[in-house]
Amino acid sequence: MRNMSGTAKFFRNNAVAYMFLTPWLLGFFVLTLYPMLYSLRLSFTDYDFTQPDSTQWIGFDNYRKMYGSIIGESKFTSSTGEEMRVDRYYKKSLSVTFTYVFISVPLKLVVALAVAMLMNQKLRGVSFYRAVYYIPTLLGGSVAIAVLWRKLFEKDGLVNDFLGTLGFTNLPSWITNPEYSLYTLVLLTVWQFGSSMIIFLAGLKQIPQEYYEAASVDGAGKTRQFFAITIPLLSPVILFNLVMQVIYAFQSFTQAYIIGGGKGGVLNSTLFYTLHLYIQGWTYHELGYASAMAWVLLLIIGGITGMIFISSKWWVSYGTGE
Amino acid sequence: MKISTVIRHTLTHLFIITLGLIMIYPIAWMIVSSFKPNNMIFSDPGLIPKTVTTDNYVSGWEGYAGTTFGTFFKNAFVICVLAIIGNVISCTMAAYAFARLNFVGKGVWFIVMMGTMMLPGHVTLVPRYILFNTFGWVGSIRPIVVPRFLATDAFFVFLLVQFIRTLPKEIEEAAIIDGCGKFGVFLRIIVPLAFPAMVTTALFTFLWTWDDFFNHLLYLTRPDTFTVSRALRTFVGDAGAVTNWGGALAMGTLSIIPAFILFFSLQKYFVQGISTTGLKG
Repeated sequence: MRNMSGTAKFFRNNAVAYMFLTPWLLGFFVLTLYPMLYSLRLSFTDYDFTQPDSTQWIGFDNYRKMYGSIIGESKFTSSTGEEMRVDRYYKKSLSVTFTYVFISVPLKLVVALAVAMLMNQKLRGVSFYRAVYYIPTLLGGSVAIAVLWRKLFEKDGLVNDFLGTLGFTNLPSWITNPEYSLYTLVLLTVWQFGSSMIIFLAGLKQIPQEYYEAASVDGAGKTRQFFAITIPLLSPVILFNLVMQVIYAFQSFTQAYIIGGGKGGVLNSTLFYTLHLYIQGWTYHELGYASAMAWVLLLIIGGITGMIFISSKWWVSYGTGE
Repeated sequence: MKISTVIRHTLTHLFIITLGLIMIYPIAWMIVSSFKPNNMIFSDPGLIPKTVTTDNYVSGWEGYAGTTFGTFFKNAFVICVLAIIGNVISCTMAAYAFARLNFVGKGVWFIVMMGTMMLPGHVTLVPRYILFNTFGWVGSIRPIVVPRFLATDAFFVFLLVQFIRTLPKEIEEAAIIDGCGKFGVFLRIIVPLAFPAMVTTALFTFLWTWDDFFNHLLYLTRPDTFTVSRALRTFVGDAGAVTNWGGALAMGTLSIIPAFILFFSLQKYFVQGISTTGLKG
């Protein structure tokens, strides 16, 4: 048992600590926890922003609208027994987003690692080069760059001018061609590899040079050194970059919104999940449905990062890389 | 140095420079093209303009719905400054508690805080919107600024926790022996010593708020409250067509200047911020 002064001290210490924590706690309860639970509740209703008083509990219908789209139905029987349309574009938004994430993230990480290794040499001016390579990341998320991207990849844009001088003819408008438009966004994402590069570079600097020297003495070539030393010792950093980029990529919005002119682009070829969610919620006022979409997104992101973490047992080594 | 090493280094330099030029070419082109006459932006892909004009800056500056870019810049700066003040104060306070104080439930709250870092914002989006709407805040800057005073950007709490943990404890212990309270320690020791991490926080808060588009799209409904990023979107029509390309590129160029200045004057804080917490980007 504490004596009185000890108990008083205990309470005072806790009171002081919680005082420092108050803004964060308030933010957590009011702006994170309560909204999360509330949106879960809303996802089982037909909450419409313009007529909140007529909100009804509709069970799993919102989720059914998504599921129906995936399995290719056009209508289903709702919980009230009426016929209800599925969300026609849900499946499209899923496939656009998955394609985008699964192509852009690995590509971005490979480029980031390659450039980081290039920079991890005793070269003069590396810090200047690093700064230049970071510039696209610094600016890439802005509306200005998204507007610029439209211009670059239009039919008479800079990219086609360049390809034209190389002798290519009959070039498409990359932005408005549904086959290519998503890949202009992938390219825009990969172009912003700066942050991952800096994190890789910090990781590479932790690997002791002696490992490579020892491997050289033992006759291991550069390729062998890369797979036997660099990759294993860098694997925790790779895991970190991978998880962060996947979480981030699933939530991409601005660039697709600007390039598609506020919509999903031609034939919804750039209808990102978050863009679709925004349109459902704020163009069609279906905030109940938007909440359900948000929860499914959370489950998708949670599931995929969970799988990455589970798989990391086999490919990430927290060994002796001091 | 051996000849072969010299050749290898030269080739590496050449390669890095070439790749770097390709990387920044689009941005350089945007800046140069903003000084070209509107009808020559399409026909002249080069970096050296045949005619130089500032017409695009004049026409672009006119802005949207009678509001000029002067207002958009002012609005953006006001939001950024308030967001910085909010984030620096609230995140440093939370970080001090997590890094240095002992309290009941610390472990659990820390895990919760780290969890919110990974939480996609969309699950809180709709209720936050409804909440701010009931407060009558939609259409004002409050939904964007007020959350910053409640440490909702857990990234920065984490960054500051990491930094404060590396500070030597002896100074604080000495101060406490000299009769300094927890608040005194925070204000007189932690704040001055954690200053570099607070600069990093301010820096990234500025950039994210400046570049943020989604929240500005949701909450800034009247043209006279638009920020630069929200206003740039008005150059792109609903079908995706742009009529005043020159104006768009000119205002786009102006919009990236603050980021450029901050980046080149505070570079070490960038590298520190990214490599300690992997700030997104």
